[in-house]
Formats: sequence, C-alpha cells, structure tokens
Amino acid sequence: MLDNRVDQPILWTHALTKQVNTGDTQLTILQDIDLQVNAGEAVAIIGASGSGKSTLLGLLAGLDLPTAGKVHLDAIDIFTLDEDSRAALRGKVLGFVFQSFQLLPALTAIENVMLPLELSQQNKDAETIARRLLERVGLAKRLDHYPKQLSGGEQQRVAIARAFATDPKLLLADEPTGNLDSATGIQIIDLMFELNREHGTTLVLVTHDEALSQRCSRQIRLADGKLVQ
Amino acid sequence: MSHFKLSFRMLCRDWRAGELNVLVLALIIAVSGMTTVGFFAERVELALTRESNQLLGADLLVISSQPLPEIYAEEASRLGLTISSLTKFPSMISDGENNLLTEIKAVTEGYPLRGRIHLASRSSMSRTKQPEITIANTIPQPGTIWVDEKVMARLDLKANDMVDVGAAQLTVAELVVREPDHSVGFINMGARAMINASDLSETDLIQEGSRVSYQLLVAGEVKMVQQFRDWIKPLLTKAQRVEGIRDARPEIKAALERAEKFLSLAALASVVLAAAAIALAVRRFTQRHLDGCAVMRSLGASQRQLFYLYWHYFITLGVIASTIACLIGFAAQQILASWLIGIVDTALPWPSWLPALQGLLVGLVLLVGFALPPVLNLRSVPALRVLRRDIGLSNAHSLAGYLLGLVTLSLLFIWKAQDLKLGLYIVTGFVSAIVIFGCLGWLLIKVLSGLRHQAGGAWRYGLASIHRRAISSILQAVALGLGLMSLLVLTLIQNDLIDDWHASLPPDAPNHFLVNIQADEVQSLQEFFQQYEIEPPPMYPMVKGRLIKINGKNISPKNYGDDPHAERHIRREFNLTWASELSSDNQIVQGAWWNADTHEAELSIEEGIAKTIRVKLGDELTYDIAGSHFTAKITSVRKVDWDTFRANFFVVVPPGQLDNYPASFVTSFYVPPAEIAMVHELVRTFPSILVVDVAVVINQVQQMIQQVSQAVEFVFLFTLLAGFAVLYAAIAATQDERIYEAAIFRALGARREQLSRAWAAEFAILGGLAGLFASAGASALAYVISKHVLHFDYTFNPWIWVVGTLAGVIGVLVAGLLGTRSALSSPPLLTLRKIG
Repeated sequence: MLDNRVDQPILWTHALTKQVNTGDTQLTILQDIDLQVNAGEAVAIIGASGSGKSTLLGLLAGLDLPTAGKVHLDAIDIFTLDEDSRAALRGKVLGFVFQSFQLLPALTAIENVMLPLELSQQNKDAETIARRLLERVGLAKRLDHYPKQLSGGEQQRVAIARAFATDPKLLLADEPTGNLDSATGIQIIDLMFELNREHGTTLVLVTHDEALSQRCSRQIRLADGKLVQ
Repeated sequence: MSHFKLSFRMLCRDWRAGELNVLVLALIIAVSGMTTVGFFAERVELALTRESNQLLGADLLVISSQPLPEIYAEEASRLGLTISSLTKFPSMISDGENNLLTEIKAVTEGYPLRGRIHLASRSSMSRTKQPEITIANTIPQPGTIWVDEKVMARLDLKANDMVDVGAAQLTVAELVVREPDHSVGFINMGARAMINASDLSETDLIQEGSRVSYQLLVAGEVKMVQQFRDWIKPLLTKAQRVEGIRDARPEIKAALERAEKFLSLAALASVVLAAAAIALAVRRFTQRHLDGCAVMRSLGASQRQLFYLYWHYFITLGVIASTIACLIGFAAQQILASWLIGIVDTALPWPSWLPALQGLLVGLVLLVGFALPPVLNLRSVPALRVLRRDIGLSNAHSLAGYLLGLVTLSLLFIWKAQDLKLGLYIVTGFVSAIVIFGCLGWLLIKVLSGLRHQAGGAWRYGLASIHRRAISSILQAVALGLGLMSLLVLTLIQNDLIDDWHASLPPDAPNHFLVNIQADEVQSLQEFFQQYEIEPPPMYPMVKGRLIKINGKNISPKNYGDDPHAERHIRREFNLTWASELSSDNQIVQGAWWNADTHEAELSIEEGIAKTIRVKLGDELTYDIAGSHFTAKITSVRKVDWDTFRANFFVVVPPGQLDNYPASFVTSFYVPPAEIAMVHELVRTFPSILVVDVAVVINQVQQMIQQVSQAVEFVFLFTLLAGFAVLYAAIAATQDERIYEAAIFRALGARREQLSRAWAAEFAILGGLAGLFASAGASALAYVISKHVLHFDYTFNPWIWVVGTLAGVIGVLVAGLLGTRSALSSPPLLTLRKIG
C-alpha cells in the first residue's frame, strides 16, 4: 500500500541501556542495544522470560525512560521530548497489541476501537472506521458487546482493530498470543499479519515463541539484556 | 473531539457499563441526606423563630418613648410587611371605689401580628371556676376594655362593669387569659389591661412627660424583616430601639441558639458522612480506572488531555448526581415535614433554596476535592502499566490525594457551620481524629496481625486480609470511624442538650414571684406556707440603689449616650441583694466568691451588666440608696443562667453590708394549677405583697422547649438513618478486592460457609476498629463542643464506648455481608471475568 516506506528506518536505537536499583545493587535489564527497523519490515524480538523483551518494547514506545541511549521513532529522538509530546507521537505513529488485550471494560467493542481516534480528535469518521475494522476482524455482530462478554480471541481481535484504527506507521505487539490457546493464537497472528500487509504497517513483535518469530522477516534475539545476533 | 464532549461520552459509557453505580449511589445518598437535613433544619429553625415571635406579638418591634415618625410604618408597608402599633403606659384604673395601678396597652387593628390573645369566655368570667378559653379574633371595640385576672380580682369586676381609665369610662368586655407579649421582668408583672387605640385621646392620659412606650409592630418574610431592620437601624434616635425576640427574651434566645447550633451540627455530621462515602467511592473508582488511563496514555493521550477529560467528567457527574440528590432531598424533607406537623401541630414555613444550593456545591466540591487528586494521579499512571500490570500508583500518592479533600472539607465545615468557632472546633477535632485514628489503626493492625497465628481459622484469614491491605484497611477504618463518630457526637450532644433544657425548666419551676415583702412579714409569710404544707421558699433581700459613681468618678445617664441600653440601666435603680453562698444557677467567671465571714465592702456583678456599664474586676461602685451612699469593690464577676426563672440579681454583696438600708424581700415558688386558691388567699392575707404570676410565661417557654426538643430529636433520628445509608454505600465502595479474592478462593475449593465466616471476621475487626475510634473521638469532641460551643455541662457516658463499638461491628458486618452476598452465590468464573 505504502511501498515508499520500505528501507527507510522508522525506528532505530543507539546504546539503549536500562538499569534499575534493587536495594543495594543495580540491575542491568538492557545493555547497549543498537537496532534498526526499516519501514515495511516485520521484526520479531525473541528471548526467554526475563531477557528484557518487554522492557525494550516499553522503551521503543517511549512508555519508559532509559538509563542511557537513544530511540529515534519516525526520525524523532523521542527522549528529547517530554512525556506529553511522546504520547502525542505515539497517538500519531504507533499502534499497540498487548498480551492482556487491555480493553477498557466499560467500553463496548466498537467504543474501544473508536477510543484512539477520539483521543486524537479525529472523531469525524471514528464510528465508520471502527465499524469497518471490526467487520474486517470478523466481529461485525459483536460491536456492542463489552469485553467481559467476549472470548479471549475476540478480545484480542478488538485490540488488533483498535491498533489499526489510527492507521499507524509502526505496530508494536507484546506476546499477542500469550493469553490464547494455540489454535486461536494462530488465527490472531494470521489476522495481524494480514492487516499489517493491508495497511503497509511496520511490525515489531515481541515473543518467546520461536515458530511465531519465524513468520517475521527478521529476528532479533535478546539474552540477559543484550542483543545476541 | 473536544475534551468536554469526549468526557461526557465517557461518562455515559461508564454509567451504562455500571462503573458509576457505587460512586453515584454514595454521592446521591450523601448529598440527598445532607440536603434533607439542611432543608428540614432550616424549616424547623424558621418555625421555631416564628413560634417564638408569638411571644413578642410580632417579628420585630420598634420601641420609643416618643411617638414614632410615620416614615417607619410607611417603609415597613412599602416592603410588604404587615404592621400594627400599640401604646403602653402605666395608669390607675378605678371602679369608683378602688384604684389599681395597671399597665394599659392601647392597640390598633391587626394586633397581635404573631400569636393570639386567649380570652376567658364571657360566661366563665369568674374566678371560682376554670374558665373556658376562646381565641380573640379582633381587638377591644372602642369604648370597651379587656382586663387580666389581676384587675378582675383586685377591683372585683364582672362583665359589663364600667371602669374609669383617666378621663374615659370604659366597659369591661373580656377577661384576657394569655396575650403574646407578656414578658418577664419586674416592671411588667403588674396588672394589665387592653383598650382600643381610638379611645386613647379620650383618656387624656398621654401628657408631656408621661412614661409612655410607643411600639410599632412589624411582621412578614424573614428577609424583608431583616431588610427593614437594616434600613431603620441608622435612623434610630437615642429614644428609639429595635427588638426582635432574641433581644427581648434571653431565655428563648438561649434555647433557640442552642437548637440552631445543634441543627447546624447535624448538617455538619451529614457532610462528614458524605465525605467519608465519597472518599471511599472515589478511591474505588480510581483503582478501577488505572488500567484505562494507562491504555489511553499508550494510545497517545497526553497528561493534560487526561486531566481535562476527568475534570469535566467529575464536574458533569457532580452536577447531575447532586441535582438529582437535591431533588430527592427536597422530596424527603417534605415527607418528613408532613409527618412532623402531625406530631407538633406547627405549620412549617417554606424553606429557601439555600440548602439545595449548599447541597449542590457540597456534592460538587467534595467530589472534586476527593476526586481531583486521584485524577491528578491517574494522569500520571505510568503508561508502562500496559506492559507491566504490577506498576501502579504509590500509596504516598493516594494518601496525599486525600489532603485536598480534607482541606476542602474543612472550608466547607466552616461555611456550613455558619459559626467560625463551631466550624474551627469541628475541623480541628476531625483533623486530629484522622491523624490519631490513622496512627492507632496502623499500630493496632500491626499488633493484631502478630496475633493471627494464635487465632482460629476465620479470624486468622480476617486478620491476614486486613494486614495485607493495611493502608486500605486503615483508610476504611478511619473513614467509617469518622462517619460513625459524627453520629455518636450528635447522639451524645442531643441527649445532653435535651436533658439540660428540661432540667433548666423542670415541671415544678417557680411560677409565682412575690415582690415587696417587708422584713416584718417574712416570718408570717413562712408560717403561711407551712399552713399549706409547702416548704417555705428562700427569701431574697432586695435593696434598691442608683449607681452614681464608678471608681469615685460621678456618672450619669449622659455618660452612656451612645448606648441606650446602658443609659436605661443607669437611669433606673438596681436591685441589690446579699448572700453568703453562691446560688446554683450562678457561676463565677472572674475573681472569687467571698468567705462567709467577710466584712470587706465587696460585691459580685453579673457579666452582662458589667460589660454594658463598662466596669471590671477591681472597680469600685458607689450606689445611692435612699439618700445614703454605699461603696464596694467588684471582687467577682458572675455568669447567671437567666432561663431558670429563679430570682437572680445583677449585684450581690456579702451579708451584713446592707443591714442599715431599707430592704424588702422577694421570693419565687411553684403552685400547681389546681391549688391556685392558695395564691388568692395569700393576696388577701398579705395585701401589700405584689404577687406576680409567671405561669403563663413558664408555660410558653416550656412548650417552646418541648417543640425545640422534638425538632432536634427528629432531625437527629433522620441524620442517623441517612448516616447508616451512607456508611452502607461507603462499605459497598470497598468490596471489589474482597469479591475478587473470594472468587479465587472458591475456585480453589473454599466452601461458601468458610468464606462468609472469614469475611465476617474481617468486617467485624474493621467495624470494631472504626467503632472504637468513633467512640473515643466522639467522647472528646462532644466534650469540647458542649463546653465551649453550646455551653452546657457534659456528662461522660461510658455506654457510648459499648454502643459505638457495637454499632461499628454490627453496622460494618451487616453492610459488608450484604455487599458481598452476590459474590457468594454467583459462580466464581463469572465474578473473575466481571472483575478481570
């Protein structure tokens, strides 16, 4: 769809480091991470539990602050921005799919999808866009259902529809099948990759699942907070 | 989308999803409870003032020794007030043979504006039998006179007899049994008669220099009366003064002011309850919205955006919920009022909209005060929470969040109390209570959790739960404790207030005064009482003296030209008495009472009169007593409880000091209505003694106090009910975590009975803590308020500890078990999914 994005780095990091204080000692969660993700790529970040995958994802999205290093997102050095500007950048550039879905319980499926559009004040066609996306993910008949009335797989479909609502340049997915059975997981991943292609979105997928990572064009492996390849 | 539109949309979505149920319930119960108390208290207060104004005959009197300018009446009419006037003067009434000094009151159409004149029906105008009472619907016709029982008795009159009043001859038409402005005071206690003002000129009694009181009576809407009072104040000359009921009747003033303070206390208690419920409900709300905020932050919402989103959200919620609550409050008080009217037979005036406005504002301010800090926290929810659920808000944030709420609450208190002193006492009391309860709660939870290994199954689980949620448990115990404490304070004060009123005017309060008893009559008078098997009442000596010097410096009424009240006192003679013991309704506030054997020239003065004539402890006063001078130093200042209806004096000296001056005696005693013949006999036996019958006045005041007590009890009971409803809402606001845990326990195989026992233990411990806090706080606060604000003796009541703790345990237990009932009966998975 938007092939001109290809080979442009939409995301790159330099010497990204995250340390936390645990009482007397300092624990290094990530150390000197240098990576680059080009537009249109699908990159998997893989590693065992505790390898620092989720921390890296949080830093890439500007949800957390690094101890040292830089993250450039859509050619902007995000840690030179304040928190609100980072949030605005996220709203414009990023889409998220979380392991625990993170749907707002008080909002129906369609309202959950409309939310990022409403927050970015693009509410003009919010409902139409949300409806179309939900239809696309196969939930045309579940528009007015609350998250608690949906199965795990359905909730994740809503989350995927929400992630694509603002037509983001980069989709960050954190263990998107982690809370789903394997059959549903496969369906969800298929759906995510389809939408990714349709929207020409760049994908960064965090997973511990080797098989899943193989569906991406490139794999980046994390072990003990360091890139191993 | 604008912030407002989006926040309104979110509000609607949350409402539809049931997210707001508990918060809205707490807000509505709290605000409607408060508004009901506010409306009702205002109506009762207005009714009490109106009732008490009946004792004045009007809402306001303008009194002057000179005829009043027309402009006063004109302005009152212009303001839509009803007016009437009367002229009062002492004169002799004669039946041709005997003369009697009588206070004549010449009245115009419309008198009295408040209250009614009670007449003995013509057929029963005889002293021998109990008269039938009718209500006058007019004033005396021209050419007629209405007299009281004293005139009837002393001149031996009957209906249609003719009497001379100055140059006029008038026909005795009615016997007045009771009239509204029958006030207490030796000057007003003689015989009384009423004539039509049109006969005044015919009497030819009003001459230059006559002692006449001209009065303009005014009545109408409270606001307009006040406006008239404000208008007239700067125009008043030295000879004129304005009197409302509170200026004229100190005993009524004291009862009314205490009742008003109690009513505002009840309103304050309802604010505390509202605050407790709202604080807990908002806490629940923010905890449930942490995830949503983190998601919105990850979706690009800025902190500013989130802040405005929730700011508009709470303002809209506050306005809508408080408006509904105010309407409910209005309806509820209307139901209460119609019930109360049935009990006390009093029409309740329509309230103003102020309580509704207050309710709306308090609801909004409390919601914003308690919700804003957590909302400020919500906007700073780390967006990383979307990836790491364990990241939330620190408890330090949550605790600091309550600070703004507490400051707002304190300001509300001072505003609602309409009395800075009362407001400050309560604010200080509650803030100290929060700090002490918080620390104690922390300590007790530490100690109790240490005991949990020794405790049995359910108790161990209950203690463990409380310990695990220490901060949350302390917050709940403190909030519930405060709510309960405000109810207990109200209980304690209400009991003492009503007891104190009844004690000040017991059924056997003296209803007759005897004045002008000569020294040589004292012995025979005592024997007379013994004949009737009545304990002879104490005789108080009385010496009349005019104050002429203060610290050796001559004074005259001119020195007090700026204060007509003081001027009148200096012009009149003081009644001096002597006593060796301080009487029980007197209290020394400065200096010390003398030794029984003192020979020093000292005196004790009442604090009010000391202030009026501007003297203090250590000053030397000189009185002119029958041409001789008596000088003494003020060695003590007394506070006198004037509403006991016992003989009391402004100035008291030690025994022996006034032996050389002519003294008469005064006493007071109680005669049951059935034995009134004894009084008639006394009048005949001691013709020179003036018998003053205050039974009517006592009766009026007793009725008034009865009404005030009933009103106070009523408001109290309602506040209590509203209080329990609010506490229930508060408990419901803290159930989520328990319900969630229970679902897990049940999934792990816990039986319903095991769970409900464990919960019961937890609620009982929490309720016990809250009850204990409440009892301790209530005892201390009630003591301070009784002593320093309502000014009556506080009686320590050990039962409050038992009642308070039990109320806490039972209240929290019942509310808690009711709130968690549904979680026990629904399948665990459903609960887990609902909450998750």
